[in-house]
Amino acid sequence: MIRYALLVVSLAGALPAQVSFDRILGANREPNNWLTYSGTMLSQRHSLLDQITPANVKNLELAWVYQVKSLEKFEATPLVVDGVMYTVQPPNDVIALDAATGRVYWIYPYTPSKDARPCCGRVNRGLAILGDTLFMGTIDAHLIALDARTGKPIWNTEVASAAAGYAITHAPLVLKDKVIIGTAGGEYGIRGFIAAYNVKTGKEAWRFHNIPEPGEPGHETWAGDSWKHGGGSVWVTGSYDADLNLTYWGIGNPGPDWNGDDRKGDNLYTDSVVALDADTGKLKWHFQFSPHDEFDYDSVQVPVLVDMEWQGTRRKVMLWANRNGYFYALDRTTGKFLLGKPFVKVNWATGLDESGRPMRATTAASSFDGVLIYPGNQGGTNWYNSSYSPRTGLFYIPTWVEYNTTYVKVPVDFNEGRTYGGAVLRANVGRGGGTLTRLEESEGYGAVTAIDPRTGDKKWLFKMADVTDAGILTTASDLLFTGGREGYFWGLDARNGDLLWKATVGGVVAAGPMTYSVNGRQYVAVAGGNSLFVFTLRQ
Amino acid sequence: MFSVRICLGLLFAGALLAQHTYTAADIENGGRLYRLNCTVCHGPDGDFVPGINLGRNKFRHANSDEEIEQIILNGIPNTGMPSHSTLQEQQAENIVAYLHSMATAGRSTLPAGDATKGKVIYEGKGNCATCHRIRGVGSRMGPDLTDVGSQRRIVELEQALVDPNAEILPENRFVKLVAKDGTEITGRLLNTDTLTLQILDSSEHLRFFEKSNLRSYALIKDSPMPSYKGKLTTQELADVVSYLVSQKGI
Repeated sequence: MIRYALLVVSLAGALPAQVSFDRILGANREPNNWLTYSGTMLSQRHSLLDQITPANVKNLELAWVYQVKSLEKFEATPLVVDGVMYTVQPPNDVIALDAATGRVYWIYPYTPSKDARPCCGRVNRGLAILGDTLFMGTIDAHLIALDARTGKPIWNTEVASAAAGYAITHAPLVLKDKVIIGTAGGEYGIRGFIAAYNVKTGKEAWRFHNIPEPGEPGHETWAGDSWKHGGGSVWVTGSYDADLNLTYWGIGNPGPDWNGDDRKGDNLYTDSVVALDADTGKLKWHFQFSPHDEFDYDSVQVPVLVDMEWQGTRRKVMLWANRNGYFYALDRTTGKFLLGKPFVKVNWATGLDESGRPMRATTAASSFDGVLIYPGNQGGTNWYNSSYSPRTGLFYIPTWVEYNTTYVKVPVDFNEGRTYGGAVLRANVGRGGGTLTRLEESEGYGAVTAIDPRTGDKKWLFKMADVTDAGILTTASDLLFTGGREGYFWGLDARNGDLLWKATVGGVVAAGPMTYSVNGRQYVAVAGGNSLFVFTLRQ
Repeated sequence: MFSVRICLGLLFAGALLAQHTYTAADIENGGRLYRLNCTVCHGPDGDFVPGINLGRNKFRHANSDEEIEQIILNGIPNTGMPSHSTLQEQQAENIVAYLHSMATAGRSTLPAGDATKGKVIYEGKGNCATCHRIRGVGSRMGPDLTDVGSQRRIVELEQALVDPNAEILPENRFVKLVAKDGTEITGRLLNTDTLTLQILDSSEHLRFFEKSNLRSYALIKDSPMPSYKGKLTTQELADVVSYLVSQKGI
């Protein structure tokens, strides 16, 4: 009996602890791990690891590389749990690797339906984990649960119809006993939603309609039947405030994207953030950044939650650099607008009123003759992860500067599963895919913009020659990591933007970096080109 | 409903044809994609396939830009038009924008030319090989013209000869660098990033520069190409264009 008990103890010691929801909520207590897409439920992309510092970052060198067997854009942020890394080879193969060496434990291959047609790349941005179960959304709009030890599927739920244009590209979010996912497909005339599924069974627990149907509040903001194909995608993962039990999600553009003639009204809840009760999915509040959008200004950003002094009072704040070119601070308890200020050139609005509603410029009406708009169609920023550092108090935004698009409106009809756009676009930058760059600064460029969230004032700008699709990571040693289309992976001083270190990864960095540690050694990981690069200090 | 759609289509086409806001930079991406993906079958002027004239926006299967985009992306079953699944939707839109720019770009007014005579002018009076290269002969400083006949339209070739500043593609931009010691270096800009420049210098060497090691660097606004307006007769221009059109690549 004693021998049996010893055997049990011995086995238990060999197995890693399960990822309980308490561990996820307290992720900052174990900064060696990266347990959710954005690092913590607050989504600050700020790590408490500090072994790599501004003084020694020059000694950062390659630890290992994993080359994915895919030529799709590699946009995933990995998870790391107790020395095991989980990431997604695009479009939807899940891979478990040893986080210190890059050696592979298992690969779960997934072949999406031929109906899958995500508008902007057959991509996946990451996974969620709870207990021993991984969760992945797929480009054919399924949600799949996998055994984290073996890579074997546990359940597979069809969230929506891929043939109708629905897709999932973002990492799920686990809240208690549910896994939350939203649908993309706003360029195909979908009607987007956010839904919760039981982590054990995959059975739907609640659903929030991003486009309200008749009888639901907000439905009156859609003319006629336009709500039926109103878009409202979800492209990136939401955040969660455990005290308020609210989960926050950014909603994408209305459909058709660029021709709003048949959808007169504000078109709720497109281009909005919604605050939902985590248990029921009921709407607590919403804030719409871009009413009746015709410039594709998705609110395709991760809500960044910060508890901070706000004009003398401790306040629960949400920071948001929106695709429409404005930085916002909201009270995340009530949704009250606190501050808004452009972080790039904006000509579609003349400002924000006291409630945060934009005052649309009369010169910014969409037109069959074309209208030139700042920021352009990719936005002042896009889905690229922002970061907030509690140490510097600064908010860091991947930015497209001096970037415009001429929108030439065209007629558009709805056909299920087909594009539902309504314009021809001509942008001044972002051409060619980032292999060779010969642009002048006046033709637009990428940057990391650091702003003081209390004022919206810019503190520093790190300019790049080409635009950037890379997310940002900050650390407790005041380092900032990011990339761009040029194929560099940058290490900056988060306090002033000074370039401290760089690595050439030889491909576009279109993912958010993350950091973790194994056996006391800190690593920084980022997807670049078609490989995952992992760096650590030279020993 | 049908008539309404037709009217809208015509209005739309009219709206696009009526506006001339396309710049070289705006259509550059669509033009490059067109040359990469379309010219083999459709030709640089878009008139190689019988019954279709892309350059004049005469289509057989499409009534709207969206339909053209879908044809580019998905092809047309049971015809020679393949799908282009590697293209993104916005790239298809760029190609459509380029097709519209072709229709608005005007037509060459040159008379018929003689390619044989054009070759003589190219190699002699025109001094073209001083900057350009065909099948390994000539300078590398200007654009290589080995396949220019399958890449560029007649009207574009004419324009390049008489008004070379009208359109300078990004791949043909020249840059002037000044080193810390005051040395000036000019060359064709091949690539740049936040920290570095890669050029083909005036000695035709591939050169790499750290921006931090330079006193200054700037793009040269004007094309190094001289205008042949007034230097060549209309007939000589036509002959040179004919010679260039005959350059279909290796």
